[in-house]
Amino acid sequence: MNEHDSHKLAASRPDFAAIAAWIPEGASVLDLGCGDGSLLRYLKDTRKVRGYGVEISDANIVACINNGMNVIQGDFDAGLSGFETLSFDFVILSQTLQATRHTEALVSEMLRVGREGIVSFPNFGHWKNRLQILSGNMPVSEELPYQWYDTPNVHLCTLHDFEAFCGRHQVRILDRRVMTRGKEVSLLPNLLGAMAAYRFRRA
Amino acid sequence: MDSSVGIVKAQTAQFDAPFTFRSGAVLPRYQLVYETYGELNADKSNAILICHALSGHHHVAGIYQDEPKNVGWWDNMIGPGKPIDTNKFFVVGLNNLGGCHGSTGPASIDAKTGKPYGASFPVVTVEDWVESQARLADLLGIQQFAAVIGGSLGGMQAMQWSLSYPERVRHVLAIATAPHLTAENIAFNDVARNAILTDPDFHGGNFYEHNAVPKRGLRLARMLGHITYLSDDAMADKFGRSLRAGKLGYSYDIEFEIESYLRYQGDKFAAYFDANTYLLMTKALDYFDPARAFDGNLDRAFAAARADYLVVSFTSDWRFSPDRSREIVQTLLHNRLNVSYAEITSTHGHDSFLMQHEHYHDVMRAYLGRIAQEFSAQEKK
Repeated sequence: MNEHDSHKLAASRPDFAAIAAWIPEGASVLDLGCGDGSLLRYLKDTRKVRGYGVEISDANIVACINNGMNVIQGDFDAGLSGFETLSFDFVILSQTLQATRHTEALVSEMLRVGREGIVSFPNFGHWKNRLQILSGNMPVSEELPYQWYDTPNVHLCTLHDFEAFCGRHQVRILDRRVMTRGKEVSLLPNLLGAMAAYRFRRA
Repeated sequence: MDSSVGIVKAQTAQFDAPFTFRSGAVLPRYQLVYETYGELNADKSNAILICHALSGHHHVAGIYQDEPKNVGWWDNMIGPGKPIDTNKFFVVGLNNLGGCHGSTGPASIDAKTGKPYGASFPVVTVEDWVESQARLADLLGIQQFAAVIGGSLGGMQAMQWSLSYPERVRHVLAIATAPHLTAENIAFNDVARNAILTDPDFHGGNFYEHNAVPKRGLRLARMLGHITYLSDDAMADKFGRSLRAGKLGYSYDIEFEIESYLRYQGDKFAAYFDANTYLLMTKALDYFDPARAFDGNLDRAFAAARADYLVVSFTSDWRFSPDRSREIVQTLLHNRLNVSYAEITSTHGHDSFLMQHEHYHDVMRAYLGRIAQEFSAQEKK
């Protein structure tokens, strides 16, 4: 991928740049639910990471291989038993947390396999979502593009919810980036932020 | 558009230097038959070695001039525009040492006695095969393979390449294979061997001089093997409980379609395959265990490996199940090697690796496309 592609990718997925900023050059990275391998590719090009993705979908396995990325087919939601303890610097769950079933177990597994965890997710507390609920509908937005009946998202949360979750699960938050349409949000993040990325470790 | 490599010709390589087996046995000289498809590029960086499984051989793709129906055993995978694209790669297929398709094996004449080796042919291991394949590579002027590819027993050879000659293979494609056989798997092989060993026509392996062929044993061995290469679902799908005559005959004749099929497969196999080769091949399967030299620690066995890997398994394969492939993947991860793993949903059991399957072929095509990019980038430099 050339520099131009990297810029394009970062623009289309604002969490990529946020995540990359936390990762030192040459780190080892496990990307859970890596899709077509775009984030891994971005991190490889910009941070020279040694990366592996985990994916369940057949089409994404082919896409990752075409993308030149290491990908392991499997259901990470069922655990990371195939991965050694502390075998990665970072375990990433990008825009996937809300679609995991065994979220508690998974976050714990992330911090067993990785020294640090990184998650990014859509903020359910964003004012646009609140407004839609107030008007009597399930929110549908750029970050939450699904209808209630076809959504893969089963564990949506707000920034407050996630931070409370970390508090209860011995997870220490190291860093947070809150964004709306790629722009950093610092004022009233749980209301004005459309998505968030967190970096954390075991408390 | 997918097409065939067309008419191919088997070639023979003679090796006059003695070959010492793992067991200590020595063959003073031997030959290997092989076929090649596509063209070796100028810097000889586009060669791929195909390692065959238990009953395979050097005729991997294409047809013979005088036998237009004799299509190579992996013709759906190899050819112009196919996943292993002969427009890009130079593909080598050989018949392994100990085989019965032209390479020196138990049916070959031992110059010392003037008689077929028979029972005296050395027991061959996967390491021995890799060693003999490396000598063939030397002869062809191939210092490093772009990839070594194999399914089942062939996958074991592909992996062994990266352990015996880490610097001579860039990619290993290990399909429907395992880091070693389980006790259950060895048990299947032993029953198959016993079928052959106890056939009165076997004559302790020297049946050639008795003008006999232990067909009953071979047939049983193949029937048993065949059951383990299929899946319950595939058999139910293909045969179910169908009766040939449409009604029960209250006899021990062939009644169910599955019986008919298995006996047909057994007969077909017994008509051409060498019983001693069958014994050798199953033994090589049983012995393969790279972890053995490292106190059972597979991670340490792979510490010397430098290749990148694609590991592929099939959901309905119970002889070499996905769990066994995941063991390989774990070891590669522990050694921080590049690896991708695809678990293909297929109902065809172990045999899936030989079948036309869109997603499986897409995975292979994608991975091999990546390999081709490497050496075409190299060429441009």
